[in-house]
Amino acid sequence: MTRPVKLLLLISVLFTAPVDAALTIEITQGMEGAIPIAVVPFGWRGKAPAAPENIAAIISADLSRSGRFESLPDRDLVSHPTSAEQVKFQNWRMLSVDNLVIGQLEESGDGRYTVQFELFDVFRGTRLTGSSFSAATRDLRTVAHHISDLIYEALTGERGAFNTQIAYVTSSGTGKNKTYTLLVADSDGYSPQTILTSKQPLMSPAWSSDARQIAYVSFENKTAEIYIQEVTTGSRRKLASFKGINGAPSWSPDGRQLALTLSRDGNSEIYVMNIADGDLRRITNSPSIDTEPVWTPDGKNIVFTSDRGGSAQIYRVSARGGQAQRLTFEGKYNAGADISPDGRKLAMVHGNGGGYRIAVLDLKSGSLRELTDGRLDESPSFSPNGSMIIYATDAGNREVLSAVSVDGRFRQRLSLQAGNVREPVWSPFSK
Amino acid sequence: MKHKLGSFIVLALVALITACSSTGGNKDGDASIEDRGTEASASGAVASGATSGTDYSSAALNDPNSPLSRRVIYFEYDSAEITDDGQQLLAEHAGYLVANPGTHITLEGHTDERGSREYNIALGDRRALSVERILELNGVSAEQITIVSYGEEKPAAEGHSDAAWRLNRRVELVY
Repeated sequence: MTRPVKLLLLISVLFTAPVDAALTIEITQGMEGAIPIAVVPFGWRGKAPAAPENIAAIISADLSRSGRFESLPDRDLVSHPTSAEQVKFQNWRMLSVDNLVIGQLEESGDGRYTVQFELFDVFRGTRLTGSSFSAATRDLRTVAHHISDLIYEALTGERGAFNTQIAYVTSSGTGKNKTYTLLVADSDGYSPQTILTSKQPLMSPAWSSDARQIAYVSFENKTAEIYIQEVTTGSRRKLASFKGINGAPSWSPDGRQLALTLSRDGNSEIYVMNIADGDLRRITNSPSIDTEPVWTPDGKNIVFTSDRGGSAQIYRVSARGGQAQRLTFEGKYNAGADISPDGRKLAMVHGNGGGYRIAVLDLKSGSLRELTDGRLDESPSFSPNGSMIIYATDAGNREVLSAVSVDGRFRQRLSLQAGNVREPVWSPFSK
Repeated sequence: MKHKLGSFIVLALVALITACSSTGGNKDGDASIEDRGTEASASGAVASGATSGTDYSSAALNDPNSPLSRRVIYFEYDSAEITDDGQQLLAEHAGYLVANPGTHITLEGHTDERGSREYNIALGDRRALSVERILELNGVSAEQITIVSYGEEKPAAEGHSDAAWRLNRRVELVY
C-alpha cells in the first residue's frame, strides 16, 4: 500500500501566533452559597492612557468561574480605592461583600511592570494578604491568575487552579474537507496556541504529570498512531503504531510509562509501555472491549472501560495486570473515566436512556451523581485542584466546552466562535 | 458481594467460552455467526446461491449494476452483528476477492456519535473484525485485508437524529 502523499497533509508543529477564534465564556448557571467579593479595578501609572491588561477583570472572572465566589459587578462598586489608606470599610460593609481586593499596575520601564495587590476582610477591617510582582507585558495575565490563586487559597484553604492550561481538539469544515487542530490555552480560554494541525482526525490528548508534554492520537498516516510532543518546543516522537488500534494514551504519574489501547493481539486490550525503551506489557486479556486506561494518582492501579460484563462499565486493575474489579453498577453505560487528583472520585460519561451525561462516582461510598443534563456530554476532565470538571457538550449544532463545579452548583460554557470544540483535558499543576 | 462476584465469574466464563471461537463480534451474535459460517462451508448453499451469475472480473468493481457497487455494511446500536443482507453482500465481495487474489481491501469501522470516543474506536474495530471474519469464512485470504477503525470521527451523516446515527454505524469496504 503506498504511503499517502504528504502534500495532502498539513502539519504545523508549535505555531505560537494567537488563533483568531478565542474561547469565549458564557455563564449558564447561577452561584448559590458563593462568597461575595469586590475586586476593584487596579490603579494605573504609566505613559499610555490605559493599562495593557485589566488585572482586576481577570481576577474577578477567575474567582467567579470557580463557583466559590460571586464578584460584585463594576457598576455596583461605591468607590475605587487603589491603596490601603483609601479604603473605607463601612462603605464595603453596606454592600454585603465579605472581602475586598485592590491593587495597582505601574510601568517600571523596558516593557516591564510592577503589579501589587491587597486582600481585605471587610467585616473585621483587616488586611489578609498582599504581594508585589514584576512582569513583562506578555506575563501580565499569568500574574493576574497567580493573584487569583493566592486569594482563592487565602479564603478557601485550597490550592487555586487558575494558572493552569487546557488542551483540546477542534474540528472545522464538513465532509471530506475537515481540518483538525490540537490547541493549548489558558484555563480561562485565553491565548490559544496551535500545537498541531491535520486533515485527518486528532484524538485523545493527554498531559504528562509535569504538564510539559502531551500525548495524542493522530490519523495523519490514515491509521491511528500515538505521538508524544513537548508543549514548548513542539518536538514530537511517534510512540506507537502497531497494527490496528493505537489509542487512549495515559501517562503514569511518574512520567515513565504510558498506558494505551492496542488491538495488535486480536482485539482492543490495555497495555503499558515503558516510554524510554518501548517495552510493552499487556494488562488485560479478554475478548471484550478494553480501553480508556487512566492511572490512579498513586501509580498503582489503572481504571478503564470494558464491556466484559455485557455493556460499557468502569473497572480497576493493578498496573501490573491481574483480576479487574468492576466499579460502576448504575446505568446502562459508563465510559471515558477521569480520576480526581486525590484519587477519591471518578468523573465519567454516564448513559441512562435519557442521554449521555457527566456523572461523578465517589469511590469510597459507591454513590453516583449526575452533574450535567445534556444529551451528548462527554470527555470529562478534573481541574488539578479537583474542584471543577471541564467537559464537551453539544449546543444547538455545535460542539462546545463547558465547566462544572464538582458539587454541581456552578456551570459555565466556554464556546469557540466557529467550528467544533471537543476532548478538553485540564493540565496538571506545572512543576 | 460474594454473590455478585460468583455470578460475575460465571458471566465471564460464558463470555470467554462463546467468544473463544471468534476474534470479535457482539456476544449475542457470536454463536449465530459461527453457525452460519459452518453452514456455508458445509453445504455451500449460501455461497453458491448468492454468488451465481455475478461477474468477478476486475471490471465488475466499476459496474454500477453489480452487487459489488454496494460497499457499506450497517449495524445496530452498540452491536457488531451482521444481518443476513450484510452476509449476502459480503459473500459477493468475498467472491470477487477470491477471484482476484492480488486485490487488497480495507475495512473501515465506524460508529455513531454517542458515548465516549475511544470506546467507539474499539467498537468500530470490532465491527470491522466481524466483517473480516465473514470474508475469511468465504475464502478470502487474511493478507488481502486491512482493518482500520475511525470510531465516531468520520461520520457519513452529520446531525443528532436516529436517521443520521443509523447511517454512521457502518463498515465501509474500500478497494
